[in-house]
Amino acid sequence: MTDAVQTAGGAPDRGAPVRRRAPVAAPRRRHRVSIVGVLGELLITAGLLVLAFLGWQIWLGDIIVGGQLNTEAQQQAEEWGSDYSDIPPSEAGDPGLSDEPPVIAAPPNAERFANLIIPRFGPDYSRPIAEGVGTRDVLNKGNIGHYPSTQMPGELGNFALASHRSSGGGNFHDVHQLHVGDHIYVETVDGWYEYSFRNLEYVRPSGVGVLNPVPQADGVAPGERIITLTTCNPFFSTAERIVAYGVFESFYPREGGVPAEITTNVNGAG
Amino acid sequence: MYAALWRVLPGPWWVRLIILIVAVAALLTVLVFFVFPVVGDLIAPQEVTVTE
Repeated sequence: MTDAVQTAGGAPDRGAPVRRRAPVAAPRRRHRVSIVGVLGELLITAGLLVLAFLGWQIWLGDIIVGGQLNTEAQQQAEEWGSDYSDIPPSEAGDPGLSDEPPVIAAPPNAERFANLIIPRFGPDYSRPIAEGVGTRDVLNKGNIGHYPSTQMPGELGNFALASHRSSGGGNFHDVHQLHVGDHIYVETVDGWYEYSFRNLEYVRPSGVGVLNPVPQADGVAPGERIITLTTCNPFFSTAERIVAYGVFESFYPREGGVPAEITTNVNGAG
Repeated sequence: MYAALWRVLPGPWWVRLIILIVAVAALLTVLVFFVFPVVGDLIAPQEVTVTE
């Protein structure tokens, strides 16, 4: 066997005597671990970990956390609704009561007191709203934060909210996809405040005028009930803020049942 | 490093493959639910509010 290999490969050495090689000790391959090899594999591993993190950060994390938040909000809704057992879904087109909606008192910082429901964001979309806009205690826990300096839902003036565009549940991820007239619901223990999306605005991070009772107007007495959503723009940047405004349309008291449009958002799709 | 790991694992190749897949799945689960959220808060601070 060794001879055959040598004659096949050794054609040029015509005159030289064919020398036998010493027989190889063992047919086993030697496994050498080189430092460069290990270093290379570690670097590849690190690269894959970074890729996995990015995949989580921009995609998977929001799906997981968002699903958890929907469930939490729906459980909260169930708790609120337990006082009103056997709520029939109200008839579609029920105008609700728009004259004097109830106003609840602002809770202490970081306490959840409402859910935000936007059918445009999905049939399951219901996210908890907590008092305050602290990064660590409110926003990074997946909550939508309520600017404490602004009014409460149903109150004349501005109910202003902030939340993450991506990561932390990405509650306001699709805010740029709202269409004029899309309904934005705020669910509290009393029922559902229905707002109608009106327009978007882009401001600098210092644009606190959007929080005024009449947005962007100083010292004007409010005549409308506004909802304001603020989040970062563009994606993964802190350069600007995108602001969505909605106008109050009507209030659906809890004993009247869930508005037909948001049955799955409130009760869960399952 | 990974070649050595492959040799250390017991059983035929498909048993080793299953062991590796389970190990990678477990690692990813730990990362996604425990490590990434913490890291994300640390390295990607996001400002979403308007302030003075």
